[in-house]
Amino acid sequence: MAKFNVLDHNLVPEHHIVPEEEEKDILKELNIEKEFLPKISPNDPAIKALEAVHGKIKEGTIIKIVRKSPTMGHSVYYRVVASEVFK
Amino acid sequence: MMGISKRISSIKFALLSPDEIRKLSQVKVITADTYDDDGYPIEHGLMDLHMGVIEPGLRCATCGGKVDECPGHFGHIELAMPVVHVGFVKEIKMFLDATCRSCGRIKLTDDEIRTYLPEIQKMDFETGDPEDIEILTKKYVDLASQRMVCPHCGAQQSKIILDKPTTFREEGTNVKITPKEIRERLERIPDDDLIFFGFNPKTARPEWMVLTVLPVPPINVRPSITLETGERSEDDLTHKLVDIIRISQRLRESRDNGSPQLIIEDLWDLLQFHVTTYFDNQTPGIPPARHRSGRALKTLVQRLKGKEGRFRSNLSGKRVNFSSRTVISPEPYLSVNEVGVPERAARELTVPVIVNQFNIDDMRELIKRGRSPRDQFGRYVTGVNYVIRPDGRRIKITDQNAAENADRIDIGWTVERQLMEGDIVLFNRQPSLHRMSMMGHTVRILPGQTFRFNLAVCTPYNADFDGDEMNLHVIQKEEARAEARIIMKVQEQIMSPRFGGPIIGGIHDHVTALFLLTHNNPRYTHEEMVHIMAYLEPDILPEAKIENGVKYYYGRDIFSTILPKGLNVRFRSKLCSGSSEKCEFENDPSDTYVEIVDGKMIHGTIDEAAISPFSGAIIDKIFRKFGSQEAARFIDRMTRLAVGFITYRGFSTGISDYDIPESAVARIEELVAQAEDRINKLIETFRLGELQPAPGRSVEDTLEMEILSEAGVVRDESGKIASSYLGLKVPSVIMARSGARATMLNISEVAGIVGQQSVRGGRLNRGYYNRTLPHFKRGDIGADARGFVRSSYMTGLSPTEYFFHSIGGREGLVDTAVRTSRSGYMQRRLINAFEDLKVDDTREVKDTVGSLIQIKYGEDGIDPTRSARGRAVDMNYILFDEEKR
Repeated sequence: MAKFNVLDHNLVPEHHIVPEEEEKDILKELNIEKEFLPKISPNDPAIKALEAVHGKIKEGTIIKIVRKSPTMGHSVYYRVVASEVFK
Repeated sequence: MMGISKRISSIKFALLSPDEIRKLSQVKVITADTYDDDGYPIEHGLMDLHMGVIEPGLRCATCGGKVDECPGHFGHIELAMPVVHVGFVKEIKMFLDATCRSCGRIKLTDDEIRTYLPEIQKMDFETGDPEDIEILTKKYVDLASQRMVCPHCGAQQSKIILDKPTTFREEGTNVKITPKEIRERLERIPDDDLIFFGFNPKTARPEWMVLTVLPVPPINVRPSITLETGERSEDDLTHKLVDIIRISQRLRESRDNGSPQLIIEDLWDLLQFHVTTYFDNQTPGIPPARHRSGRALKTLVQRLKGKEGRFRSNLSGKRVNFSSRTVISPEPYLSVNEVGVPERAARELTVPVIVNQFNIDDMRELIKRGRSPRDQFGRYVTGVNYVIRPDGRRIKITDQNAAENADRIDIGWTVERQLMEGDIVLFNRQPSLHRMSMMGHTVRILPGQTFRFNLAVCTPYNADFDGDEMNLHVIQKEEARAEARIIMKVQEQIMSPRFGGPIIGGIHDHVTALFLLTHNNPRYTHEEMVHIMAYLEPDILPEAKIENGVKYYYGRDIFSTILPKGLNVRFRSKLCSGSSEKCEFENDPSDTYVEIVDGKMIHGTIDEAAISPFSGAIIDKIFRKFGSQEAARFIDRMTRLAVGFITYRGFSTGISDYDIPESAVARIEELVAQAEDRINKLIETFRLGELQPAPGRSVEDTLEMEILSEAGVVRDESGKIASSYLGLKVPSVIMARSGARATMLNISEVAGIVGQQSVRGGRLNRGYYNRTLPHFKRGDIGADARGFVRSSYMTGLSPTEYFFHSIGGREGLVDTAVRTSRSGYMQRRLINAFEDLKVDDTREVKDTVGSLIQIKYGEDGIDPTRSARGRAVDMNYILFDEEKR
């Protein structure tokens, strides 16, 4: 069976890699240090799916997650790729 | 009284060495006795005065303090033979596994030691992450444990088996390693090797895990109780210590006079048992030590662990003063914001008032009244229970010293006055599952023994009056009182944060009453109208219409008197909630919608959709447009109007409500017979193996499914027939259709048939071998044999049907019982996970560390309390309001 790309599932929100040059602006807008952002495990299926396209994703990369929302249309969320693997 | 504030910078865990235990100790306990015949503590006994005092009059022999001054001091017991500490069995096993049985070195080669030493030395035991250290030490221990020959002295090793809970033996032998031997082995381990186990030899030598000396806790920790009979009753810990000393003594004697080895070993095991249960009386593998009465003793671990343990019961939660608890009962003439407090409770509960230049005269007046003042009509007035001097001394006010103390008070004193009408208090019903379980009410002092409140607040508290009790807390500080008034008061909690609609509103009779008052707009004479509105204290009377020279008042006009001016709403009543535009229950098609324009009701019927908790459209709109105060006023007046009307009109139900004509009964019977035929036919095709399975199902499943749907169809059809004869004149139907209580399904169960009973979504199939009850043949899968109830509640159930009905009913009871305990535990975990999350003024959700949880609360920044049922704006409300302006 061909491997299914989780990002194509309609219950999985969009995941995007944030280019390094944009990181500063995002952190400034949120008024927060990078370490206080929510984390995402490097072995998260969505990260794995992104890696299949973009190659290895470094720890500390910011991932932009765009979720569908009945009240907002869509809402944006950010996570940082964590150093350790979550159990 | 301000506490001293100190910050904990670090916590260190270590083992107590025997020397340290002796140094801590103020007395060596050698006698198992407590008090002598005169009731005086025996020296070197378990109640030795060196360990503290619990009796007034005596002084501590160590510090000289009296009862409340002496903090208590430790003593110690010298055990005749060493015993294993249950709490460290795992660690002892680790040491025995990983070290040599003869030379005591860790079974790592010199090479390995050389490579691993720098790795573990890098870890700082005091500040490093314990988890990281554990990962490393586990690696070393695993490696060393596998080696069967010592790399240092070459001695052959054997595997250590742990016979739970506290016995060790070497594999292949049946001889146990005595605690003494264990201790000797542990002693042989050199300090330098301990680092590989994550132990710091300065604070924890492994042999200290085998006890030779036992600390005896201070008497304050295990006080004895004197019963009224003068009999002394000792604490469980003292009992346990008595056992330990007795056995230790016998063991010492037997050993010293050379008793047989067998007897010594038995006593030694007994000592081990007592010491083990002294620590933890629920150690798996050994029977719990019991009191003479058969009750299991509560020893050290039991004191701390679980819901009744020290942490959850005494430290995370505490009992409070200024609170009271009693049975609740309804009082429709109170506002939703009020609570009726019985006099007896009001006399006990006090509010502290600090005396200042403005209130000193009033306070003097209060104190003069004494403890139980009444006015000239014998009614309750506030008195004073205590006054507190600026130095903190409390003076109890009695009727004798009242006048004298009234003169004594001055600015800076505190007066503890009794509850007064208008005081704000917190009212709570457990389980407190949401914030509306604890709301602020203003006090009304009423005769009687119960707390009373308006029926509209039953819903948020989930209260009824079948014996429920509730708690009341009197607020002691100004800030808290202000907060309670502004955010906790009932009227501020009308909107639920769960679904953005009202959670307070009319229930049961309120719905029935207003339904009857407004449906088809009945008219009433002037006298009738006055009766109905008598409790309302209306500002204006409803507009009268003169017909044939008589003044009439219409139901909707009467209802309009409680609506605020300027209110515009339009919504579908529950009665007409079907999909079609016309409503079968209304004579006038325009009554499908309830229409209120500028506070005047024009069309429709008031029912659940208008005034009920969860749905109430009118309450919702009033709250949004006019605010909490107006909404509370509406609810107060709505409940009064409803109660006034229904007491005037009268409302009752009875068994004859469900009478349907013979012909209808016959039709239902026929329907049932037809369904049974179809079911039998289905079974027949199944038996012949001709039943076509539904996609994705087995033939058996398909059969069950088909039968179940047949049974469902008969129930619905017979319900339809029954209810076609029961119109809106029937009280039960009024209650069901208006949403006051019950559903049409319940009515069809009474008048039509009860229908198929089920367990776990399928027909009944459990009980005896291949049959549900012995009344049926084995293998009978017909309707009657599998829980189909063809009777109605009115005709009564046959014996087998009655059993089936009980089986189906039991499932519901079991479900609720299981659900409450499971959801309770889930809620506990959620609360613990969320307790320190906080939404700040930018709507960011962060924890106490500062980590971001959500960028905007709920990812959309919408406060569900203020939302229109989850949506940010409600176009309908805005547009309808706009249109009429």
